[in-house]
Amino acid sequence: MNGLVLAPVLVPLVAAALGLVAWRHPDLQRYVAIGGAAMLLVVGIGLLVVVERDGIQTLQLGDWPAPFGITMVADLFAAILVVLAGVLAVAVVLYSTATIDAGRERYAYYPLMMVLLAGVCGTFLTGDLFNLYVWFEVLLIASFVLLALGGERAQLEGALKYVALNLVASAVLLVTIGLVYGLTGTVNLADLSGRLDQLEPDGLVAAVAAMLLIAFGIKAALVPLFFWLPASYHTPPVAVAAIFSGLLTKVGIYALVRVFTLLFADEAAEFQPLLLTVAALTMIIGVIGAVAQHEMRRLLSFHIISQIGYLVMGLALFTVNAMAGLIYFLVHVALAKSTLFLVAGAVKQLTGSFELAKTGGLWVLKPGLAVLFGIAAMSLAGIPPFSGFLAKLALIEAGLEIDHVLIVLIALGVSLLTLYSMLKIWNAAFWKPLPTDLEPFADGAAAVTPERVARTRLALMVVAPIVFLVACSVTLAVAAGPVFELAEAAAVQLMEPAGYVEAVLGESS
Amino acid sequence: MTLLLAIVVGVLFASAVYLMLRRSVLKLALGLSLLANAANLVIFVAAGLTRGQPPLVPEGSTTPPPDAADPLPQAMVLTAIVISFAVLAFTLTLMHRVYQEGGSDDVDDLSEADIQ
Repeated sequence: MNGLVLAPVLVPLVAAALGLVAWRHPDLQRYVAIGGAAMLLVVGIGLLVVVERDGIQTLQLGDWPAPFGITMVADLFAAILVVLAGVLAVAVVLYSTATIDAGRERYAYYPLMMVLLAGVCGTFLTGDLFNLYVWFEVLLIASFVLLALGGERAQLEGALKYVALNLVASAVLLVTIGLVYGLTGTVNLADLSGRLDQLEPDGLVAAVAAMLLIAFGIKAALVPLFFWLPASYHTPPVAVAAIFSGLLTKVGIYALVRVFTLLFADEAAEFQPLLLTVAALTMIIGVIGAVAQHEMRRLLSFHIISQIGYLVMGLALFTVNAMAGLIYFLVHVALAKSTLFLVAGAVKQLTGSFELAKTGGLWVLKPGLAVLFGIAAMSLAGIPPFSGFLAKLALIEAGLEIDHVLIVLIALGVSLLTLYSMLKIWNAAFWKPLPTDLEPFADGAAAVTPERVARTRLALMVVAPIVFLVACSVTLAVAAGPVFELAEAAAVQLMEPAGYVEAVLGESS
Repeated sequence: MTLLLAIVVGVLFASAVYLMLRRSVLKLALGLSLLANAANLVIFVAAGLTRGQPPLVPEGSTTPPPDAADPLPQAMVLTAIVISFAVLAFTLTLMHRVYQEGGSDDVDDLSEADIQ
């Protein structure tokens, strides 16, 4: 028994339950959520240290030996992502305390956030395909409610599309699980790893792999399955959008990496042309969509899609170096993306608008915020010496190693467009002076003036999470050596699934 | 029996997709519920159908008879039914709220949050 493997799931679940007990006391829920997020970060780091020192950790729930019971497995990749979830949880929960209105707090905003985190960590740590589906549903239902909570018209419409398309993805996943069980008689990932290889290569395994690619592709917002994302991610409060953009699509990528390295390593070569095409299209269409937007949250939403393309590129290349690049990129982009959403929220607080045309002057009026945005934006675009540069460098080197020049060129081109779209926000919100001909707001409040922006002080809990995330992002770049070694070790574990299989099944034999 | 159920699954999927492609929000809900049922039936059929052989361990033995039905897919289907029931309940509530706010059940009218 190794309880630490289950702790990242239990901690947020307990925090959610405590929050529900304190139903009438939003203040108390807030503290419970902060405590839960901090504890999640602590147990995540603890898990990462243990996995790094002692190798892959497993837990057989109810002491049923694998493959009969449900197994929880923590390898380096999963442990790194749990730490990432902890970091984002701390930042977003703190940011929420200053920005989420009383109405949302009263209807279980914080417990829902905790359930979402439990679902995300459960997905990372489960070693069972059906259990993966269950955790996916846990995080989905929490995300459904978080998205719709507040009941604004745009939110409800966005939520409807998000719910419908994600339910289709869940149904596809469920069908695939049924087919996998019919083919092999097991749903334990480690057990499947061996059994799928023994099957006659009659196309059924490839069909199952393709169906999983579709199911997880919808959840990861790959082109052409991404349409739910730009229709919904800009509607909820920025704190919700920040945690969604940092974690949810990444869970889809995690699941793709897990099944392709563990179950379909033999089929990966067949899928490479398809995955490379999808990666290229996702990068290009995402960034073109972003360039065309005039509203910060919509622009950032399209960027999520574009960055997912880089992650798929890492998966498609399917070498140890590419996987290491993917892991580093994943951590980098989750931090940068969430930071940018939180900054967009701060800009809205200062100027009253997300519209680029109605913002401005913040470089002069709020230079600190401008610097924080600048670091996150340059990191996302891949300017040295920030983490995005190192992440892209790793992926591009991995691509050149095995002579995939076209995808490398596309990745570089998309980087330029990313920089352009970041400059668009920079120019509009920070560099140009605040427009003087602003209309008063629809609710009768007077139009913003530079004096008012300068007088407005951002709450500590708005600035502190942004500083925290930027600090993490900078640390990622400064400590690139050790972080990259860790990512490489995780990539080796992924590309040599024998260790994973032995850690899960070895104990029972 | 497997063939018959396979055809049923196919019809369910076809009906679900047809309903989901209609513009009415209510038909979307019906389509989603049919889709969930079709998926459950797939698990059931793909895992193999056994008639009249409950997986009970006879007295004096430690293993069930070799031709007994496999209980695991039933457990999975049961879990999936509970999940899809909960999700569908949420979806219907959401759709009702969308109708209240937007005043329409036509998906084409619900374009406030769309890609512009």
